[in-house]
Amino acid sequence: MKPAPFAYVRAESFEHALDVLAEHGDDALVLAGGQSLVPMLNLRLVQPAVVLDINALHALSTIDTHAEGGLRLGALVRHREIAIHPVIATRAPLLRAAAPWIAHPAVRHRGTLGGSLALGDPAAEWPACAVALDATIRLASRARGERCVAASAFFQGLYQSDRRADELLVGCEFPRASDDSVFFFRELARRHGDYASVGLAVSARGRPGAWQDLRLVFFGVGDTPVSATACSAALIAGDAFADAQTRLEAELEPRADLWFSAPAKRHLAVQLLRDAWRDLGNPIGGT
Amino acid sequence: MSPREHLADALRQRCGLTGTHLGCEHGVCGACTVRVDGAAIRGCLMLAVQADGRQVRTIEGAGDDPVMQALQHAFVERNALQCGYCTGGFLLTAAELLELDPDPSREAIREYLSGNLCRCTGYQAIVDAVELAARRLRGQSGTDVALP
Ligand SMILES: Cc1cc2nc3c(=O)[nH]c(=O)nc-3n(C[C@H](O)[C@H](O)[C@H](O)COP(=O)(O)OP(=O)(O)OC[C@H]3O[C@@H](n4cnc5c(N)ncnc54)[C@H](O)[C@@H]3O)c2cc1C
Ligand code: FES
Ligand code: FES
Repeated sequence: MKPAPFAYVRAESFEHALDVLAEHGDDALVLAGGQSLVPMLNLRLVQPAVVLDINALHALSTIDTHAEGGLRLGALVRHREIAIHPVIATRAPLLRAAAPWIAHPAVRHRGTLGGSLALGDPAAEWPACAVALDATIRLASRARGERCVAASAFFQGLYQSDRRADELLVGCEFPRASDDSVFFFRELARRHGDYASVGLAVSARGRPGAWQDLRLVFFGVGDTPVSATACSAALIAGDAFADAQTRLEAELEPRADLWFSAPAKRHLAVQLLRDAWRDLGNPIGGT
Repeated sequence: MSPREHLADALRQRCGLTGTHLGCEHGVCGACTVRVDGAAIRGCLMLAVQADGRQVRTIEGAGDDPVMQALQHAFVERNALQCGYCTGGFLLTAAELLELDPDPSREAIREYLSGNLCRCTGYQAIVDAVELAARRLRGQSGTDVALP
């Protein structure tokens, strides 16, 4: 239960961090909150040559609103700050709603937005919220400078993302919510603070009978956050809820975990969809 | 000191402060809870080198604090511990909660303590004790609580 030896490098500046990643690539791992990395080190699931601690890069800890009214969060913004910061509550209520579901207070004190996105756990809250909000993830490297990737394209497979080994995840931008934006967040876990068995993050614009841009993103049901596009198209078209449910059941292919079989997860996902649809003020009909 | 040493190991082995316990060493049990610059965190998930220049408070150093004293008394009265392995972690986490919210509901107490595991006592008594300490700290009588 102790890490294998590694060299510890404290990034002195953004440039320094990029240099270390450029030099070591795959052999270096970034240490942000350490709430996933240190368990992996302790269990020797990873044995990097270099651990690059970015916690002194205060420029990555900022919460900014930008001109168009969106939100720009640095990679080092901690889960707890997202839970309590007033700007988040008004500009990104979905993030505010999701934050208390992440782990436990002591883990939220340290864990970061960037770490969670970089890791891309399939049952984690931030990746699903980022996809639901159509966020953009910013990455930087010595070789390619800065680039932006849509969250919907970033998560590519189980713990696989579009981030290359020499890239630092710099932050995440969330577009401005419009006046008619609405959100829903709920998850089912065996115990408060555990990773979700099944969860759902929803962002939409409009009102019952006139929805647009309805994004239903499930987590804990696949290798990455899963956008239920067929189901959402049915709901936007005004199809009966039962038809949308059938679409959802067809498009989710959950894998069993230690506690829930695939059919049980599909059932739970349908229950969350039902809760969301009702919560957004829509009739369910027929039940 | 080797960079791979986590804070809890350094406290135990280098400082001789063995009140910080290690249960799982992967973030699940909370036995290793310490406060770093005020925040309750997992001692097994922070490298000792990361605590350079920061204030670290362990259960050994928490005893003069009135919130901690109220919690300690309430834990004893309510039988909120048996073997005591988890207790330091529970006390430090509960103290943080009571500093943030002097009047938490039982639900809020359970939620705040959800990252601390106890394999002996059962959480009922622990939640009772935190509730009792909170009531006393608010200046209300804590003796009239009916035992369940
Ligand atoms: C008991 C427990 C329960 C938990 N429950 C949940 C939960 O319910 N939901 C949830 O989402 N999470 C949960 N977590 C994980 C927690 O949220 C982590 O904080 C998070 O997954 C990773 O963030 P971090 O900042 O700690 O990253 P780290 O652990 O420091 O890093 C994680 C990975 O990302 C890489 N990385 C980190 N930052 C960057 C960056 N800026 N650029 C490039 N690579 C980077 C690291 O190299 C590493 O591979 C739990 C953890 C514990 C211990
Ligand atoms: S020993 Fe740190 S959480 Fe279990
Ligand atoms: S009292 Fe023994 S583990 Fe809690």
